[in-house]
Amino acid sequence: MTEFDALSKEDGFRPELAGRWRPGLRESALFDRNAIHEIHRMAREGIYDIRGFGAKRRVPHFDDLLFLGASVSRYPLEGYREKCATDVTLGTRFAKEPIQLEIPITIAGMSFGALSAPAKEALGRGASAVGTSTTTGDGGMLPEERDHSDKLVYQILPSRYGMNPDDLRRADAIEVVVGQGAKPGGGGMLLGQKISDRVAEMRDLPKGVDQRSACRHPDWTGPDDLEIKIGELREITDWRKPVYVKIGATRTYFDVALAVKAGADVIVLDGMEGGTAASQDVFIEHVGIPILAAIPEAVRSLQELGMHREVQLIVSGGIRSGADAAKALALGADAVSIGVAAVIALGDNAPEFEQGYEEIGSSAGFYDDWHEGRDPVGISTQDEELASRFDPELGGRRLANYLRAMTLEAQTLARACGKSHVHNLEPEDMVALTFEAAAMAKVPVAGTSWVPGADSPG
Amino acid sequence: MSPAEATIESVDLAEVDVRELNQRLHDLAGGEPSRWRVTNPGGAHALAVGLDAEVEVEIDGHVGYYCAGMNKLATVRVHGNCGTGVAENIMSGTVIVDGDSSQSAAATGRGGLLVVKGSASARCGISMKGVDIVVHGSVGHAGGFMAQRGALVICGDAGPDLGDSIYEAHIYVRGEVASLGADCIEKEMREEHRSELAALLERGEADADVAEFRRYGSARELYNFKVDNAGAY
Ligand SMILES: Cc1cc2nc3c(=O)[nH]c(=O)nc-3n(C[C@H](O)[C@H](O)[C@H](O)COP(=O)(O)O)c2cc1C
Repeated sequence: MTEFDALSKEDGFRPELAGRWRPGLRESALFDRNAIHEIHRMAREGIYDIRGFGAKRRVPHFDDLLFLGASVSRYPLEGYREKCATDVTLGTRFAKEPIQLEIPITIAGMSFGALSAPAKEALGRGASAVGTSTTTGDGGMLPEERDHSDKLVYQILPSRYGMNPDDLRRADAIEVVVGQGAKPGGGGMLLGQKISDRVAEMRDLPKGVDQRSACRHPDWTGPDDLEIKIGELREITDWRKPVYVKIGATRTYFDVALAVKAGADVIVLDGMEGGTAASQDVFIEHVGIPILAAIPEAVRSLQELGMHREVQLIVSGGIRSGADAAKALALGADAVSIGVAAVIALGDNAPEFEQGYEEIGSSAGFYDDWHEGRDPVGISTQDEELASRFDPELGGRRLANYLRAMTLEAQTLARACGKSHVHNLEPEDMVALTFEAAAMAKVPVAGTSWVPGADSPG
Repeated sequence: MSPAEATIESVDLAEVDVRELNQRLHDLAGGEPSRWRVTNPGGAHALAVGLDAEVEVEIDGHVGYYCAGMNKLATVRVHGNCGTGVAENIMSGTVIVDGDSSQSAAATGRGGLLVVKGSASARCGISMKGVDIVVHGSVGHAGGFMAQRGALVICGDAGPDLGDSIYEAHIYVRGEVASLGADCIEKEMREEHRSELAALLERGEADADVAEFRRYGSARELYNFKVDNAGAY
C-alpha cells in the first residue's frame, strides 16, 4: 500500500497522513480537501462515486423561511385547548376508495433490497401507529411490509421488479414512478453485494448481479401513453385505488400539468435534495431543482388547471422536522413525504454505532454508503447477521415517536399562525431570509414587501 | 366443466363500455370456467386486463394498448392486430394474437405464454421476467431488451440490437439477426434447448423446424460493473 492509497476510505484512514492547517497554509475554496480527495479517488478508480443519502451541498431550503406568528392583526389558537387538525384525504379525484391519513406526513418509497426486511417492517409499524402510509419501492411488495402497513402505496417503476396484479389489488394506492428527486432521468441501482437469494427471487434475476434498473418505463413513453397506462391500472383495480404519479423536480410546472392531464389523482413531487439508496454522486448533487423552488411551480400549475386540492400534492426532499413540513404545507402541498429522515429515525447514523461505522471506514453522522450493504445498524443491508441486529418493533416505536413529534411541531406553528387545520397555512404566513428563497418560494424578504421576480412573467 | 363446454357470453362493445366488460370479467375470479366473445372492440385500450379466472375470451377485431395486461389464468385470443403492450406483465395463462403486435409485447411478463401469429414491433419481450413468447413472423429492434427470464422465439427475422443487456432469458431465432445488442451473443444449442424450443413451438402453434433455429443469450460480461467495459454502457 502506498501512502497515496492509504488515504482512501477502503484502506483505512491514517490520521498522520491527513493535512493539518498551520498559519500561512491556505486551503482553496474550489480545491478544498473534499475536491482533492475526489480527484485522487477518480484517478485511482476510474469510475464515478455511488452512494446513498441526499444532496450534501447547501441549497435554498425551508430553513430560509420563517413564519409570521399571530399578533395584534391576527389571533393565535390555544396550544393545548383548541384543535388544530392534521388529517388529509388523498385520491378524491377519481378513486372510489381514497386514502385517509391522520397526519400529513407519509413514508416515501424505499425498496426492499435497499432496506432490509426488518427495516421495511419497522417503517410499516411506525407509520401505522400514527395513521399514515408507507410505500413499496423498486423490488416489489414484501409480505412483512403489507402485514405491518395499514396503508400501503404500491410503486410501479420502470424495472417492474416483482410487479404482480395481486399486489396491485392488495395495495391501498398505486404510485407510477416517473422519476425521483435524487436522480430525475436516472434508473434504480442495486449493486450485486446486496442481491441476496430473496431479493434475487423477487426480482427474477440471478444472485449477485448489479441491478441497473431501467430509467424509462417499458411500455409507455410520454404523457399520452401515460394516460392510457393509468387507465389500464384503473381498469385492473376497478377504479378503486388512487393513482399517484411521482416526479423528480425539474420542469415542474409542465410535468405537473401533464400528470394531471394524464389522469393522476395525486402528484408526488420530490426535490433534488431527496434521498436515495444508491445513485451516482454527480446525479445527486447536480440534477433537479430544490423542493422549495418546485412547490410554488406545482401549485401554480394546479391552480391554473383548477385542480389545486382536487389533485393532491405530496412533496419531499430533505424534510427533517415539523417546521419543514409546515412550510411545505403553507406553500400549498397537501402532505409531505420522508425518506432519509425516516431511515435516521430508525437509528441510522446514531453515535451508539460509532465503532461499527469506523470499522467500515465511516463515522456516525457521515455514513452514506447504503449501497454497499455493510450497514452496521442493519437497515440498509441484506446480510442476515447485520439485519438481525435491527429490532423492527423498537424501530417502529422510534419512527412513530418521531412522526408524532413532527406533527406536534407542525401543529404548534399552525396554531401560532391562528390556523385550526395545518392545511390553512398559506404563503402569506411566511417571509424569507434570503433573496434566493424569496424568489423561489415567492414570499417577501423579511421586513420588506419585496418578492424578487414577482413582476416578471411566470 | 372445462371452458370448452361452457356457454358463450357475448359482449358487444358498441353497446357496453370497456369498464363494464372488465368488471364482468373480474367478477368471475374464483368462479366456474366460462367463454366470452367480444365484438366491436374498435381499437379500445385496456381490454380484458387483470383477468384472474380460467376463462376464454375471444375478441373479434383490433385492440388498442395493453390488451390482456397482467393476465392470470385466462386465455385471450385477439382476432386482429393489437397496440402497445399486449399482455404486459402477464403472470400466467395464454394470449394469442392472430395479427401483428405493436411495441413492447409481453413487456415484463412473469409467466404464461404470448403467441403473435403475425410480426411484433420494437422491444418485444422488454424486461421479460419468465413469460414465454412465440412470434411467427419477425420482430423489430431491441427484441428481448433487458430480458431477465423466459424464452423469446422468433420464427422470422430479428431487427437490430437483439437481446441488448439481456440477463438469463433464452432467445431463439430462425431467420436473420440484423445485429446483437450489448452483451448478447450466439450460444450453443444443446439438447435441453432443442427440447425447450420444440415444446414452445408446439404450444405456440408454430410449424417450424427446431434445427433451423439459433440460440442467443447473455455473455454475462456486464453483470457487474467493470471499468474496462465503460465503453459498452
Ligand atoms: C433508502 C432509500 C431508498 C429509496 N428507494 C426508492 C425507490 O425504490 N423508489 C422511489 O421512487 N424512490 C426511492 N427513494 C426516494 C424516496 O422515495 C424519496 O423520494 C426521498 O427519499 C425523499 O427525500 P428525503 O430522503 O430527503 O426525505 C429512496 C430513498 C431512500 C433514502
